[in-house]
Amino acid sequence: MSGVSLMKEIVEKLVKIVGAEFVSDQPEERYIYSMDPGTMPPREPDIVVIPGTSEEVRQIMILANRDEIPVVPLGAGLVLSGLSRALKGGIILDMKRMNRILEVNETSRYAVVEAGTSQGMLQAYLKKHHPNLKHSAPDAPPVATIAGNVSIHGSGHLSHAAGFHSDMLNGLEVVLPTGEVARIGSCATSPYWFSRAPLPDLAGLFLGWAGTTGVITKLAIKLYPNYKYNDVGIFVTEEAQLIPDILHRMTGTQVAEDMTTWMTPKPDWARGFLHCDINFGANTKDELIWKRNLIRASVQEYIDQKVAGFMPLPPAMKQPFLEVPARTLSRFADVRRGGGFEYVGAIMPVDLFPEAYKVGLEIADSLNVNYSLGSRIIGVNHCMMFFYAYAFNRADPADVERAQKALEETNRIVVDMGGIPWKAEAPAQKEIIRKMDPNMFDLMNRIRAVLDPKGIMNPGNWEED
Amino acid sequence: MQYEEILHRCFRCGYCKLPGNYIDFNCPAYLAFCFETYSPGGRMWLLRAWLDKKIETTDRFQEILFSCVNCGNCVEQCTFPKFKDQLLLAFMAGKEELVNAGKVPPAVRDCLTNYQHHGNPYGFARKKRHGWAEDLEVDRFSEHEYLFFPGDVGSYDSRGQEICRSVARLLKANGISFGIFGADEVSDGNEVNAMGETELFRYLAEENIKTFNASQVKKIITLSPHAYNAIKNDYLQFGGQYQVFHYAQILAPIIKQQTYKSDVPPMRVTYHDSCYLGRHNGEYWSARTILSSLPGIQFVEMDRNMQNALCCGGGGGNFFTDILGRGANNPARARIREAAETAAEVLAVACPLCAVVLEDAVKAERLDERIEVKEISEIANEILDKAN
Amino acid sequence: MYELNYDLQICEQCETCDCLVNCQYLDFDLKSAKIEKQNILMGRDSKVLDECVTCYACEEYCPNDNHPFYLIVERQEEKGILPAPAPITKQQIIMMQPRGTITPAQVRPPVINMCYFPMLTGCIRGKLYEGASYIVGSDIFCNVMWLHFAKNSIIRERLPRMIDNIWSHYLRDSGVNELVCFHDECFGTFTQLATAFGIDVPFKSIHLFEYLSKKLDALQDQIQPVNAKVAYQRPCSNRLVPETQHWVDNIFQRIGIERVEREYDRENALCCGQVFRAHQRDELADDVQRRNLDDMQQAGANYCVFNCPACFFTLAEAVSERGIFPILMSDLCQLAFEKGT
Repeated sequence: MSGVSLMKEIVEKLVKIVGAEFVSDQPEERYIYSMDPGTMPPREPDIVVIPGTSEEVRQIMILANRDEIPVVPLGAGLVLSGLSRALKGGIILDMKRMNRILEVNETSRYAVVEAGTSQGMLQAYLKKHHPNLKHSAPDAPPVATIAGNVSIHGSGHLSHAAGFHSDMLNGLEVVLPTGEVARIGSCATSPYWFSRAPLPDLAGLFLGWAGTTGVITKLAIKLYPNYKYNDVGIFVTEEAQLIPDILHRMTGTQVAEDMTTWMTPKPDWARGFLHCDINFGANTKDELIWKRNLIRASVQEYIDQKVAGFMPLPPAMKQPFLEVPARTLSRFADVRRGGGFEYVGAIMPVDLFPEAYKVGLEIADSLNVNYSLGSRIIGVNHCMMFFYAYAFNRADPADVERAQKALEETNRIVVDMGGIPWKAEAPAQKEIIRKMDPNMFDLMNRIRAVLDPKGIMNPGNWEED
Repeated sequence: MQYEEILHRCFRCGYCKLPGNYIDFNCPAYLAFCFETYSPGGRMWLLRAWLDKKIETTDRFQEILFSCVNCGNCVEQCTFPKFKDQLLLAFMAGKEELVNAGKVPPAVRDCLTNYQHHGNPYGFARKKRHGWAEDLEVDRFSEHEYLFFPGDVGSYDSRGQEICRSVARLLKANGISFGIFGADEVSDGNEVNAMGETELFRYLAEENIKTFNASQVKKIITLSPHAYNAIKNDYLQFGGQYQVFHYAQILAPIIKQQTYKSDVPPMRVTYHDSCYLGRHNGEYWSARTILSSLPGIQFVEMDRNMQNALCCGGGGGNFFTDILGRGANNPARARIREAAETAAEVLAVACPLCAVVLEDAVKAERLDERIEVKEISEIANEILDKAN
Repeated sequence: MYELNYDLQICEQCETCDCLVNCQYLDFDLKSAKIEKQNILMGRDSKVLDECVTCYACEEYCPNDNHPFYLIVERQEEKGILPAPAPITKQQIIMMQPRGTITPAQVRPPVINMCYFPMLTGCIRGKLYEGASYIVGSDIFCNVMWLHFAKNSIIRERLPRMIDNIWSHYLRDSGVNELVCFHDECFGTFTQLATAFGIDVPFKSIHLFEYLSKKLDALQDQIQPVNAKVAYQRPCSNRLVPETQHWVDNIFQRIGIERVEREYDRENALCCGQVFRAHQRDELADDVQRRNLDDMQQAGANYCVFNCPACFFTLAEAVSERGIFPILMSDLCQLAFEKGT
């Protein structure tokens, strides 16, 4: 059977599974789904499908596996590093219709959602029905999906308190490349989705794999207290070498929910300064002040030396820093009037902060790109996601190429520095593999061979040249 | 193409797909079709690709462009200042390109032809424009304070005519001096403009302006928020300058001051904002003032209200072309489900198009037993009859 | 250039040392005050230089108008004593720097100087400001705030330029020689601080409250009494021009306002506390704000009236939480004309 007639047959079968209105092999969809807002070049899928249930996903996987059609699961398409492009064609599985919030356990603080549920939808749902609870939302726009972010080891507004979003995962329902539906975590043996322990933790088979091991269809995530009172402090210094210790001291108090740093050349007053945002909440005003004082006391030595201090912000000016997600972050894409930015998010120890910062400035300077640098602390200073964001004008190929170069250069330096690019683009994955313990890579391949014997899951990712 | 210089500037962050509280998708076309191509960002990038000749002028491309109902949610929610103000204008410019190339969906073509030949989207005779008022004592406009402009749906659609009569009755009962032009007027052209047929819109506007000016019209009350938008905002460019009011704006201060003789049974009501009153013209309070002033009304908001309201899907010509279809993801059906969730018995509207579209959706959702769509003058007439 | 107009002998001969003895934040008896004062005069280290909260009040307390506060700031800067951390000070200096974007424009009297508060230009409306022009922006910012940061040098550097900007871009060519200052800070700058530093001001400054009082007189027959009980939050910068205080009561009397009797008013007014936060003294700010708000609440105020926008932005939320409505003086006066509309 020729490729064209095979695809035609696949389309017909997909129509039978999900309905005609949710299958497209039209040029418009193939074009739009060939790229994300980042710099990676387009790769067209043959078909885009929008399933509505796990059962439909299961049938699609059986069909794809039978005919060895690549399958690429897609959340909101905001990964920026091109992970949900169909590098080898095939089917893009747009999960957005699977957006039901299935359960919220108020007492044990978890929510079970379908994989297409967006951050914004869960946030709004909790606000309406469970105002005392919240989840850790990333700084991605609110259409970003919870499953997508968990599966790439994302982080967010509770990551200082509770780690990576993958650490907040209680369990999964996945459809394997061969069509079996598997439950992982407590939900495998219990009606409750309360944790991944004490069973063998198979969730790791689907976290950080760039969609190469299966399709997540449901997941449970931990929820946290939604405090009535919230505040933010912005600690400022000009000395990058102080930052690891500042963060070490402040995280040591363990009273904040989120700590991020940001360094940007615009506006003028921000250039050259390193800002550390500390977000914290409390049930009472007194508790809030007590927490603020604890954080302040931890860095009092630097304040007394006059080398760092908290920005004096009146209450109204704190609002943008308390907003989750911060709507203004997307605006970085318009810095060059060109609708584009992409970043390297490098996971690394906090010790490397000064070096990481220096490298960021050097790359931006040498390639003349608009930059924004920063980091999010994961856990109690256990590591950080250091980001190097570069804006570009997507209408100007030379500018896109410049940003691409900056990203490539950054990825290479980050790996050499001892960090690991997060949600790495396919070329950056190769950089990581270059440094990876060969036995780990071998193990990855052996696992994938078991899970996905025909190699249909998002092929082109986590592969050597 | 006008505004083509902004198309690539969309980052596709997706705020435009949602309301301000993020509770669900809020772009009607995206809700109905689900594919990214039908989202505002997708449409921006597709237009860019089309101009760059990476995409042909296919039927689907036409459908994608004309599926935009001009509700303005994307403008409201986009996070990029200034840029956002041009979003709808860019989509309308895209439609205009297709209209000029004669490549539009058949339903759009037929609809525009009707406007062209008959001055209305139905293809009905112009002389029947007056039909709604036949059994009412409504004067032809001469020296009245206001011209009452019923628009296409109020003039020809049977449900629209009921609403038109109800509003006229309430205006008369409250001593408002108004007259009509009947067959001498043509469509306000709002939907024609939204569908990108700018020359035809100019023709319709100029026809009306000639009629209005010949009779020295100064103040206009419109039945439809769509007409309100066109006459208030777009007729200016053709020399038509009037004080334009939606009827709710006239009635709100009057009803607010009324007193009532007797109690009326309670009625739980929620309100659906018309996009052309709300997002396009910032008018959120007149209808709410009327409802909250009436005795017996227990008012409840839907999750998506005011700037964040979900459009019924009837704008941008879709009321006539039905490009969004009638499937379960149709925005009107989603809106009715949302209204029913509030446990309201009545979904109040201030737009004849919203009324017709949402009533169809009540039937499609089989929610007739739980909720009824009523236009605010009908609610007011009903309650005032009982209370006085 | 721009030497501080200060007479050492006056301080040396001062018997009362009101500047330190009356301080609300540092605790000195006369004896210890004299010692510290002498230290300051001689350029020696002093607890005052380290602990001054920069509330400006000693400028008011000094019976000799000898600028004790400006001298403290002068000494702090000479000795490199920073009340706020270096990066905070540096960042604020950059944040508030003139952008150099000013262009000449015709203005007509009354010209209202909105300083660097573009977000408040909506206040210039209605009968009270009929026919008024306003000027606003970083290029006319009065720059007095650097007194809080031990940076008289920035005032010396920027203030003459700002004054010249106002004069040469707006007033001179418009044939206007009067400027109504919306904020005490500008009025204090042009009428008191500039003189102290020997900086010429080619135009006459009118305090907003004087302007409002006279306007209210002219519109007397249209005033509808506001009938509110008001706590007045006197700003630091009014300490430079205490002679303008009577206008507050004048205005209140004209629009039917009762100024509640409370502890922290007039000469005993408390700072809003925001500067303390810049100095990293949150607990002091908490304490001062709590005492101030308790006082307003106990006095039965239903409005808290501000002149200083910075005080307003700092305290508005906390005041609201106490059930007291925060409002700028200008907007309070507008209520006398907008009530019932």
